[in-house]
Amino acid sequence: MTTIQPNDGDFKNLRSQDRPAEPSADLFVPQPLDSTVREELAAPAPTFWKEAWERLFKNKGAVVSLVLLIILSAMSLIGPSMNEFTYREQHIPHSNLPPKVAGLEWLGFDGKDVNGVDQYTQRGVETNYWFGTDEFGRDLWTRVWKGTQISLFIALVAAFLDLVIGVIYGGISAYYGGRIDNFMQRIIEILTGIPNLIVIILFILILEPGIRSIILAMIITGWVGMARVVRGQMLQLKGQEFVLASRTLGASDSRLMRKHLLPNVMGPIIVTVMFTIPTAIFFEAFLSFIGLGLQAPLASLGVLIEDGYDAIRSFPYKLLIPAVVISLVMICFNLLADGLRDALDPKMRK
Amino acid sequence: MTHELKEQHTTNAGQDDLLVVSDLKKHFRLNRKTVLKAVDGISFSIKKGETLGLVGESGCGKSTVGRTLTRIYEPTDGEVHFDGLKLKGRLDGKTKKRINRDVQMIFQDPYSSLNPRMTVSEIISEGLVIHNPDMSQKDREKRVHELLLLVGLNKNHAGRYPHEFSGGQRQRIGIARALAVEPKFIVADEPIAALDVSIQAQIVNLLKELQEERGLTYLFIAHDLSMVKYISDRIAVMYLGKIVELAGSEALYEKPLHPYTQALLSAIPLPDPEKERTREQIVLTGDVPSPTDIPSGCRFRTRCPFAMDSCAVIDPEFREVEPGHSVACHLYDAEIMAKEGKELKTV
Repeated sequence: MTTIQPNDGDFKNLRSQDRPAEPSADLFVPQPLDSTVREELAAPAPTFWKEAWERLFKNKGAVVSLVLLIILSAMSLIGPSMNEFTYREQHIPHSNLPPKVAGLEWLGFDGKDVNGVDQYTQRGVETNYWFGTDEFGRDLWTRVWKGTQISLFIALVAAFLDLVIGVIYGGISAYYGGRIDNFMQRIIEILTGIPNLIVIILFILILEPGIRSIILAMIITGWVGMARVVRGQMLQLKGQEFVLASRTLGASDSRLMRKHLLPNVMGPIIVTVMFTIPTAIFFEAFLSFIGLGLQAPLASLGVLIEDGYDAIRSFPYKLLIPAVVISLVMICFNLLADGLRDALDPKMRK
Repeated sequence: MTHELKEQHTTNAGQDDLLVVSDLKKHFRLNRKTVLKAVDGISFSIKKGETLGLVGESGCGKSTVGRTLTRIYEPTDGEVHFDGLKLKGRLDGKTKKRINRDVQMIFQDPYSSLNPRMTVSEIISEGLVIHNPDMSQKDREKRVHELLLLVGLNKNHAGRYPHEFSGGQRQRIGIARALAVEPKFIVADEPIAALDVSIQAQIVNLLKELQEERGLTYLFIAHDLSMVKYISDRIAVMYLGKIVELAGSEALYEKPLHPYTQALLSAIPLPDPEKERTREQIVLTGDVPSPTDIPSGCRFRTRCPFAMDSCAVIDPEFREVEPGHSVACHLYDAEIMAKEGKELKTV
């Protein structure tokens, strides 16, 4: 490269041009427009899921519910092993003891029965039963958390069935459409036509009442709502032009499902699962309450409520504690589902 | 094999035809009794590097033609010759794969044509993933950047999601996706209908530039007659599942032969207010008949101002009445007009 030395005359000329007497608008030289710089973004675009998370965390009810659910699940796992009793161990001399927790007497955990008599001193019981005992002297603390375990297990099974059977059934029905869809929808109509209670009673005729017949009944009808939601969403998506574009590129069925259809129905799927769970929990509790569910000595929240209901006048704590726990679980799942729906589908928000 | 191919070419059309469609039909069975004849036997050919405009009212089957050519729909009947391939009936895997590569589509609605859960880079590289699975991630990324530049976007757009773009930009992304697999033939299904006018010109110019650079062949489906004239070499006019007139774009606009084409063209407003005031508009009476119940004979006769007795009986043949200008109308058929005792319309 050759450098050109400016001679003095040039330099002077330039200076006089560059330095006008008064500052004027001409002094401002526009920065050349560079489209690549203009389009650069400081932060990467937030993905759909990240935005949804942020929206969920702004919802106080949902966050509180989530935390409570985590605490309740943790308690259902560690609660039964926090004291020396098991859920089935009977100890008749210690029957019908009210709840007593050292330091929590002011909350009602003082060991006094409905007549204000401290049963622990009267009967000379040394150990504190935190949630009291039932008529056979079984520790209710252990039994309540065991029951919560059952409820959460039912929740898990319901979610799993929804996700596996419901999503696949609805997906296949919508994706292949036509005669297959017609046939599959008629089956669903028949299934929803049979009341759940009849199904479970039929199962109890063959099997014995218990968790197995409840799960079998759920396998038969529990996923129908999800199948319908997924089918509706898929039908709507199937005709969208991005799906057609992918098909003109020769995408396989599995690729279309994985990359285009499923990610777009994920929101409604999650919301539906979260709304199915409390229904399933309540279904189990209801069956146990009317005596068609879990059988003694197994504990489920429904069984405990039924036991407490029989003795509501003399030992209200037997009803109160499991009722509060199951209400908490159901309210929390409902609030979380609500929050998730708002977070995943902002258009639904009022 | 080569002999066979040669024979096909000589029997069907000239050497430079990329696509020859003969008697293509697409019927949809709605229920046991009704059949919707969306495309009911159309024939045309497109030369390499040419743009054929396809116009018609909404519901006349023009989008179905596009979707049948890209094999989104399986044709009910008819034959398509594409670049030495004879496509008839169900395709085998290899042919299907080639069509999926060589024939691409640009869609009408830029808002629903991009998957909202995928980044621009994922959208554009989808074709590459399907057709060149061995391509490395790095090469793919490089190719995506090239394509973005080609359609007038830049590489910073690659990591973003579709909702961050305007309609025109989205349409550019759609074009980049179609170009990723280096197609020979592109069906543009009303690519500008959903855009506002200033953006329409940009997209049409982009399509034209790409055609010149890469020798692409287009089937340009639209209902905006002035835009079609600007981009197309030849124009086909469709009515109720059939092509009623096909001519070079200049010829069609200067001398429309079919009464339907004349009515369509007379509906274009003129930019000059003086002329606009005196513009004679042919107003068609009635609605388009339902494609499930097509009128006998000529399908336009129910709305045609020149309808004769023969029109209800004989389906007019699609014939070339002068070089490069074909029309399906009895008014230009000496035999029928003699029978009707009317004067033959001169071309």
